[in-house]
Amino acid sequence: MAQRIDVKDLNVYYSSFKAVEGVSMAVDPRTVTAFIGPSGCGKSTFLRTLNRMHEVIPGGRVEGSVQLNGRDLYAKEVDPVAVRRTVGMVFQRPNPFPTMSIFDNVAAGLRLNGEKRKKVLAERVEKSLRGANLWNEVKDRLAKPGAGLSGGQQQRLCIARAIAVQPQVLLMDEPCSALDPISTMAVEDLINELKTEYTIVIVTHNMQQAARVSDRTAFFNLAATGKPGRLVEINDTDKIFSNPTEKATEDYISGRFG
Amino acid sequence: MSTITGHSELDAEPSGDSASTGRRGDRIFSGLATGSGIFIIVLVVAVAVFLLSQAIPALLDNKANFLLDRVWEVNDSELRFGIPDLLYVTVVSSLVAMIIAVPIAILVALFLTQYAPARLAAPFGYLVDLLAAVPSIVYGLWGFFVFREYVEPVQNWLADYFGWTKLLEEPVSLGTVFLASIVLAIMILPIVTAISREVFAQTPSTHKEAALALGATRWEMIRTAVIPFGTPGVISAAMLGLGRALGETIAVTIIVSTNPGAFRFSLFSGGETFASKIANNAGELGSSTKAGAYIAAGLVLFILTFLVNAAARIIIERRKAFSE
Repeated sequence: MAQRIDVKDLNVYYSSFKAVEGVSMAVDPRTVTAFIGPSGCGKSTFLRTLNRMHEVIPGGRVEGSVQLNGRDLYAKEVDPVAVRRTVGMVFQRPNPFPTMSIFDNVAAGLRLNGEKRKKVLAERVEKSLRGANLWNEVKDRLAKPGAGLSGGQQQRLCIARAIAVQPQVLLMDEPCSALDPISTMAVEDLINELKTEYTIVIVTHNMQQAARVSDRTAFFNLAATGKPGRLVEINDTDKIFSNPTEKATEDYISGRFG
Repeated sequence: MSTITGHSELDAEPSGDSASTGRRGDRIFSGLATGSGIFIIVLVVAVAVFLLSQAIPALLDNKANFLLDRVWEVNDSELRFGIPDLLYVTVVSSLVAMIIAVPIAILVALFLTQYAPARLAAPFGYLVDLLAAVPSIVYGLWGFFVFREYVEPVQNWLADYFGWTKLLEEPVSLGTVFLASIVLAIMILPIVTAISREVFAQTPSTHKEAALALGATRWEMIRTAVIPFGTPGVISAAMLGLGRALGETIAVTIIVSTNPGAFRFSLFSGGETFASKIANNAGELGSSTKAGAYIAAGLVLFILTFLVNAAARIIIERRKAFSE
């Protein structure tokens, strides 16, 4: 069910401000692609265009095309709600629904899809929690609030929630930036397992993380503050970190700026 | 800290935390703050003591059962009074007002925070707040002399179809409990709306995005993220509104006719609430024996309002584990 993504000449605007300019890239199914770059370079903004979450902010719009297995996500007849059910997302800060139990958090997406059968829900919740390497830690307290878990567990709960609806692509916006190293390791291990089933795109500020988890790495940069962010280069992760084509990429990964 | 390092200069300080510097400004401010805190406690205790000290002698002289008997005959020689009718009318009028006002307030608050464009939301919000600025006597007069004409057909219609229930028996009074409830609903609408709007607006965007990213529509997002987050606040808002409705005096006094005949359960009859009973008989309060009976009624209202607030606390407390 993993699918490929093709982006062509994408510009992203917030009202009249052009945040990202001219991005084209292809993401293969069952791979992990990491976006790296300095703050404000538009990598998170671009990530959010892949499931139309940027439209949540008033004035957010795009030019160009994003295709999922050849279907344009921005075609007139496409409902953004349907896009988000196909392309799941995990956010920077763990954000389980505070009023819901662990079980209900994972079941939330399924229930939104109209799934009411108790047995199906229980099966899918267990499968998703197992998939997120969280089942053994929470199986005895599924009725407890999700907000009572540790930060790392909460983030894995959010991943379980995202994969419960069986999306075709999983977007992760700096999923480990609020986590300690041990929780980070748990999430990274999880990403490695998930890529056998999902197409994963991850934004990260941590270059070692990009090197550890991704197959391909895209480097974003911006010419100056207030200018739109651009995709500088995208290539195999090994290549980006050993022998990048662009000078800017080399400067960034060797710590000369950013 | 000093338990680890042994004795330190800090240990010599007898009281206060390390932030208090003992300067004059600090002393004055902490004195004012502490004084105000004590003042409010003294005030509440004084109110309770006053009510009790006035009510207890009257209650001891009462020849009727205060909680059960449907009589109210107070004169200087004999006291016979009971509160069940007052309690019924007070509680029922306020509850019906809540049933009408709270859903509308929630919908208005959701509209203002989730649907209305920002430049429309602010003026619309002020408009709702303006409802709170109308004096209650105006609501009373408007309710009785203007609004009644429009409510009467509704009452008649309801009585025609549901008159077989005790609650909706055909109208006998001019100013009914039902009419008072609708006016009360309008009166508590602003406070319930304003507080609900505050809490809905505070829903963290991370919760809303979590729902949207799962493919929630706007309504589903509101249902999954906004409403659960706001529920404790909405409960407090409703309870505050209920408190206002229970104690509302002048509008209810003007609107609801005192019952001519025997007591009826119907919303379409008249009656008196605790507050309107006291207001209707303000002329008799000069005699301390008689006043005691009315103050005993006031004491019950005080306790009722207190219980409502306590119930709200308990509800909110119970949900706490799920609301962080």
